[in-house]
Amino acid sequence: MSWLKRLLPPRIKKDESAVRKSIPEGLWSKCPSCEAVLYRSDLEANQAVCPKCSHHLRLRARARLDLLLDADGREEIGASVVPIDPLKFKDSRKYTERLSSAKVDTEEEDALVVMSGSILAQPVVVACFEFEFLGGSMGSVVGERFIRGVKLAEEQRMPFICITASGGARMQEGLLSLMQMAKTTAGLTRLARRRLPFITVLTDPTMGGVSASFAFMGDVVLAEPGALVGFAGPRVIEQTVREKLPEGFQRAEFLLEKGAIDMIVDRREMRERIAVLIGMLTQQRAVEA
Amino acid sequence: MLRTAFLDFEKPIADLVEKIEQLRFVQDDPAVDISGEIARLEKKCQTLTRDLYAKLSPWQIAQVARHPQRPYTLDYAKSVFTDFQELHGDRAFADDHAIVGGLARFNGQSCVVIGHQKGRDTKEKIQRNFGMPRPEGYRKALRLMRLAEKFGLPVFTFVDTPGAYPGIGAEERGQSEAIGHNIYVMAELKVPIISTIIGEGGSGGALAIAVADQVLMLQYSTYSVISPEGCASILWKSAEKASTAAEAMGITADRLKELDLVDKIVPEPVGGAHRNHEEMAAALRRSLQESLRLVSGLSPEELVERRFERLMAYGRFKDRDAA
Repeated sequence: MSWLKRLLPPRIKKDESAVRKSIPEGLWSKCPSCEAVLYRSDLEANQAVCPKCSHHLRLRARARLDLLLDADGREEIGASVVPIDPLKFKDSRKYTERLSSAKVDTEEEDALVVMSGSILAQPVVVACFEFEFLGGSMGSVVGERFIRGVKLAEEQRMPFICITASGGARMQEGLLSLMQMAKTTAGLTRLARRRLPFITVLTDPTMGGVSASFAFMGDVVLAEPGALVGFAGPRVIEQTVREKLPEGFQRAEFLLEKGAIDMIVDRREMRERIAVLIGMLTQQRAVEA
Repeated sequence: MLRTAFLDFEKPIADLVEKIEQLRFVQDDPAVDISGEIARLEKKCQTLTRDLYAKLSPWQIAQVARHPQRPYTLDYAKSVFTDFQELHGDRAFADDHAIVGGLARFNGQSCVVIGHQKGRDTKEKIQRNFGMPRPEGYRKALRLMRLAEKFGLPVFTFVDTPGAYPGIGAEERGQSEAIGHNIYVMAELKVPIISTIIGEGGSGGALAIAVADQVLMLQYSTYSVISPEGCASILWKSAEKASTAAEAMGITADRLKELDLVDKIVPEPVGGAHRNHEEMAAALRRSLQESLRLVSGLSPEELVERRFERLMAYGRFKDRDAA
């Protein structure tokens, strides 16, 4: 690392425990799909993908960023943007209480973490949803952080990548949360104007307002195997149409079959695949290995 | 016009109307003159309606927004606009009857009209799928917006949907993509877009035709991220709490105006739009005229830039780094 780089603003060090935090405590872990009993350390080493059946377990946002980005030169964007309670919303609990306990549980202040950095030395901005924070729901903070990431990508001419995992809009912010669908999606028009690639990685689950805004607007839309992705939740659909849903409905494989996504990518190959795609979209010459 | 259907909370009005009708029946007998009494009761009925509607709860407003006799998009297409030419189909799969659209004239100026459409009778309700569009509906809307852009015509959209249809086929054909794509294109469409929430503004299914330079709401319409029933069943674990959820989410025109998410509230006739379609149409026409004037005369670049800045301003949060 050059002396000049050392003078740059604080950056996030590679967090060795990030993947670990996504996996429940204990020496053993059970795969929710094939029920194989696994060593926790094996699961960790395998990026939370079951070594027996390749089931992709859910991962925390920082773990995903950690797996995707090069170790050096990471910088978080929009962390100073934090939620308020614009409607003074209260159901069985106050929105402010839900926010504080989500903060305690996740060590995050809202459901989107945005970082600039690089993937195999190609500069990028990555926005990643934290599903553990109120179901990855999109409210004002998610929208604003997303846009700050887009703006940085636009200014510094970097591709923008979004990894989704969300139940949809944040009901506790009422219509303000619906408007985040328009805000985030509108931001993409600026990337397009500068011919900057926008890539989405749909992970389990991606539903409602996130699915029905920017998720399918990627220049390339990727998904992890088995990810549930759709507009309406399976339960709502079942109640509406009063029939049993077909096997694998709304799963990534179903979406690929229906022509909704470009490809399904194994998590363990995601980093390389994204690097290849952005290299081509930004017209970089291939380098002989 | 048909007899007005009364909502539950309108029972006092309904009782009074019934009494008046009974008296009218008696009046056919020339031996008694009770016209004075009828006039008195009719006045009382007006006052009662005005008083009742002056303090509706959000949940009651949601009932009015869903009133079966409320004017729908096609009513306005004929009453606010002239020479409406309906255009059909998404050119790929089907013609979705839950969204209608076409060319029309507004004060003589050509424009494009797009809106959700509910049905009046059972047969039409089913044909219109209760105003819940499938992807092909949104793609038809998108096609018409592109048409408007190509010929430099302003777009008027009318929102009245419980939400996009949550069905198997809709998911298979990309409901999410269809909605997201519309939002994207509306954000950069180079002609004025004016959206009016005329009844129910149900979530993403509403927003998919409501990204606009000016957003209007009829006085007793609602606009929300999820239906009060849906919100109640998720957060309160009971759809019975819809009224509480409606209160908490802030779904009414005045609350949304306070939050700067709506530009203008269009006043409705006493007792709601369904009681007087003509008066409602006249008020809407005036409001649309004002709104169109506000966004006319801008270059396409200025228009898109202003719309972009509007969209970027949506959201309430705290920035610790802000001075």
